[in-house]
This record gives sequence, C-alpha cells and structure tokens, in this order.
Amino acid sequence: LSLRTVNSSRSAFASFLFAPLFFQRYEAANGELSRCKVHMKSFLGVFRSLPSLEKTVGKCLMLLQPSSNRLVLQLHCKYGVTKTHNLAFQECERLQAVFDTQRCASSLSGPARVLAEAVVHFPQTLAEVTLEAGPGGKISLRNYLEDEAERNKMMVTELCLSEDEFQTVAVAPGSSITFCLKEFRALLTFAEASNLPLTIHYDEPGRPVIFTLNDAVLEVHLVLATLSDMQSNSQPPPTNGSFPPPTSVPATSDDFGDDLESFMMAVETSDYRGEGLELPPPSPTFPLRTPQPPQSDPEEEEEEGAVPGTPPHKKFRSLFFGSVLTPGGPSLTPNQEVLAEDSDGES
Amino acid sequence: MPLSAAPPASSQPYLLSASLDNARHLSSLLRAVHFQDHATCFATAYGLRVTVEDAKCIQANAFIQAEIFQEFAIQEESVTFRINLSVLLDCLTIFGSSSLPGTTTALKMCYRGYGYPLMLFLEEGGVVTVCKINTQEPEELLDFDFCSTKVVNKIILQSEGLREAFAELDMTSEVLQITMSPDKPYFRLSTFGNAGSAHLDYPKDSDLMEAFLCNQTQTNRYKISLLKPSTKALALSCKVSIRTDAQGFLSLQYMIRNEDGQICFVEYYCCPDEDVTEA
Repeated sequence: LSLRTVNSSRSAFASFLFAPLFFQRYEAANGELSRCKVHMKSFLGVFRSLPSLEKTVGKCLMLLQPSSNRLVLQLHCKYGVTKTHNLAFQECERLQAVFDTQRCASSLSGPARVLAEAVVHFPQTLAEVTLEAGPGGKISLRNYLEDEAERNKMMVTELCLSEDEFQTVAVAPGSSITFCLKEFRALLTFAEASNLPLTIHYDEPGRPVIFTLNDAVLEVHLVLATLSDMQSNSQPPPTNGSFPPPTSVPATSDDFGDDLESFMMAVETSDYRGEGLELPPPSPTFPLRTPQPPQSDPEEEEEEGAVPGTPPHKKFRSLFFGSVLTPGGPSLTPNQEVLAEDSDGES
Repeated sequence: MPLSAAPPASSQPYLLSASLDNARHLSSLLRAVHFQDHATCFATAYGLRVTVEDAKCIQANAFIQAEIFQEFAIQEESVTFRINLSVLLDCLTIFGSSSLPGTTTALKMCYRGYGYPLMLFLEEGGVVTVCKINTQEPEELLDFDFCSTKVVNKIILQSEGLREAFAELDMTSEVLQITMSPDKPYFRLSTFGNAGSAHLDYPKDSDLMEAFLCNQTQTNRYKISLLKPSTKALALSCKVSIRTDAQGFLSLQYMIRNEDGQICFVEYYCCPDEDVTEA
C-alpha cells in the first residue's frame, strides 16, 4: 500500500510504502493496480484523534473495490463498535517523485531523536532551517534568515551536533542545505514514534533533500526542495547535469524499487485520465536539456496562494515546477518536454 | 450562608425559596441545556425543571429534584417564569467556574412571584454577591406527547461509548440519521457529509448496551445542528436512554451523577427531519 502526497507548491513530496506483511491481511486485486486520490481532510478525519484511536480502535480495514465509487475505511473499536467511513475519491495518475539517493553527494543517518531534540529549540513559526556540515565533524542546524539585513536584528539559533551522534556520516565538507522546517518536524515526530533511524541524503543547494526511514515492512520518503544559492538564481545548466531519458524510468508496479529512479520531480495527479502527462517548466536551477524557460516571476508565485501548511517561501516555489503552474491544476503549458513518462502511458 | 445580605423578612413571603450548598449542582445541569439564551423555569414541590427550545423542533429539559436542594420551599402548586439562561449561568458562576474540590459557591434563590425578578444570593469564602435577574412571561412550550407507552424502540447505553462519537460527529452533514432495529445493524448513527458517509454501529450484545428493546426497524433523520448541543449533556452523564416513537420523535434521556453522587436527569426531545421509516 502506498500513500503519497505532494504539496501545492510542489516543494514537498512524501511517500509511505507498506509491504503486504505490514498488514494482518492484504489482498490486492490480481495484477491490477488500485489507485485513487482522496481529499486529505476527509482521510485525516477518519483518524482524528490519535490518543483515542490507540485506546479504542483494534483494527482498521481499508477496502477499495473497482465496482464501488467509495473508499471504505472501517475501524473496529472496543465494545464491538464499528465505525465505517465511505469516502468519495477521484481516479488519478500515478504520483511519482523522481529522485535518486545514489546521486546525492552527502548523507547522514542517525536516530531521529537526536534531530528531534535539536529542532525543539527553534520557534514553531520558523519557516526554514539550514543543515550544515562544518569543520571538525560538526553537523549544525541553524535558523535561516532571508536577508542580510535581518541577520543584524534577528536572533540566530545554531545547534551543533557532533558526528558521533549519528550512525553514519558521509558528508561533503562545508556542504549545507536549507529546507522547510515544518515538514521536517512532522517527519521527525513520526520517526521518533516508529523508532526508526532517519537517513538524510542531500546534494547541492537547490537539489532536493531526501529523508528516508526504512524497515522490513515500511519505507518512508520525504523529499523537500532546498534553497538554491542566492547568487546563482539563473544557473546555466551544468554540463554533467543531464538526467536519464524518460525511457529509463521503469514502468509498472509500485514496488519498492519504484521510488529510487531518475531525477526530476515528476508530476502530477491529473484529472485527465489517459492523457500523457506534461511536466510544467522545470526550475531554472535544475539541470536542463532544453533551453531555459523564462525566469519565474516572484510576484506571480506569491499570488498562487499558499495552501495551509505548505512553505510559502517564494524561492522554493520555483524549485521544482516553476511559477506558471496554478496550484492543483494540471499543467497546460505548451512545448514541455516530458521528463518522466506516466507509467500508464507507456506501452 | 449570606450574612447581612440575608433576604429581609417581609410581609410577602417568597413564592419560591431554594438553597443549595454547591451551586455547581445547578449550574452544570443548566449548561447541559444551554443552547439558547432563554429558558423557562417550572417549579413544583417535586423540584425545578428548566426548559430550552429551538426551532420548534427541539426541546431540552433539566430536572433538579427538590431533594438535591438543602432547602426547597414553594408556596403554590407551581411557579413558572421565563428567564435569560445565559445571564443566570453567568451569575451562578460569578465566582469563577473552576471546580476545585475545596471551594464551593453556596446559593440561595428567591422568587416573589409574577413580575418580580429572580434573586440570587451567592457566597464563597465569606464574599457575598446578590443578583437580580428579570423574569419574563412564560411562553408556551412544545408538547412532544412522548410517553413510555408509545415507545417503539428503546436502547440504554453507557455514555462512555457515545461521547467520542458525538464529539466527533461530521458537522458537514446536515442530518444525523439514527437506525434502530431488532436486526443488524441494531443501532447505527450515520452522517452524510462532504467527505462521504460515515456509520457508527453498536451491536446489541455490546458491553456498552445496558438495555436493547427494539421491536421494529426504524430509520429517522434529525437536523444535526439541533442535536449537537446534546453532546454537553452526554459528556456529563453516565447513561443515556434513546427512544423513538411511531412518528420518529426522538427522546434522549441522560442520567447525570453530580459531585455528591446524587442523580439528576436531562432530556432532549427532537422532531425527525424527514420521515424515512422502513417497515
């Protein structure tokens, strides 16, 4: 079972993949993929209160039948009580973030607790945080301030962790990345609760940072856009930056291997079934094979309307998908190169 | 008891005079029916009944029997007046609504009769407050004509099982549908909201079920906005009885145990929204 979400500014993608063994009983329709898109609020509404869930719910049944137009979530509770939720859903294309941890220059892995305890020191309202591999095996977390001017007025908090606190450290010295704290915090909460070690893969500023949690029956990925260097707002495409052509994207089933594929963040749960997916203009900071699209207009991005809970930072918005994409809508921009084919569209 | 602010002896005795060592015994019950500003108070020798109505569809009654009061004296067969319940509650909780075990507010309530205000003398820790609340002409109350002989289906549940369900009701649904049946699903609460439908099923042999007396399959819908306030009564109660009659009128009776272990009742009556009775 795979649960995936992407935020409206396409700067965060999360995927939870549960192996059949995670469940007490797992029956998948023979060879057929069941896939649907459900409103987050509706889905979360079923699992409203975690403490009460733990106290009263024994089992949860999820049923998706091709014949019915409802996703059934049934909670079997104490005292023989049954709560059945029939959620409306939409059919959708595969939501697949394209990223490759193998191509990340730096990685570190350690208990989530270490990082959870560190982020506690940042205010709840802090938008972005910078992770840096400093000299002497120092890993630091620092709140990110947008302008130089702010630095003189605002409080800067920096936490240094020693390499010893992590299980593995393979970082490029002096490397640093800046990403949204909110999504990171959410993942840390889950990681701590599930007691799984957290691995962080990152590369250059501007390239996504990938957080993973793994165990025998669960694989979690959180991919966040990172801030590109201030100076290089319009980087020329790096010569070695070509990513594998679409055909190398393996087709078909959503098994574990799927998540580790080629580069760019693909699209999009589209409401247009069966149409070939088109990627919106790639970010100027990403390596491109096509000529650079026009610089994204910051003003336009601000008006896209921050979806509650997504980082509204305008720099992030440009990173994955560019500004012309209206939130939630399918990409209608012409002459886009398809960088990652929709698996359904492949013959 | 109040000191110098004791009610003066006068030629006209109070029509109704009641004393309560712990005003919370009254205020907590009144809160359970406080979904409108105004309430009708009806007092007899048996005690006090406070009624709140809305939309000509729903009625809630809080019963505080005479035995709960330390003193309950009434000079006529019955005394009725309409009063602003919000103001009454504000006065009863004038010393704050925290329920620390040590501190209680003592109350003396006095009513001289038609046209007179309701006098409240509240004392806590030696401090006395006197409140005078204007009373109004009582309005005619709905009569649901709901008596035990007309009951078609009846269930008594431990409140614990329903509390969370009511607190988490999908308020995007316009109605709450209640199905009671001698066959499956026995007792079902359903909502039809923006996310889809949700059904909460209680089997008849559940540990929560204290009594299950269903003769006929009935499905009725009630406006959820009208029933939602009953959640307060449910939160206070230990048991609830759910009854419907042939017309689909709903009676919810809540058994509430106060801090001193005394039993009081709150009941809600509701008209069905649409009649969807299955034979």
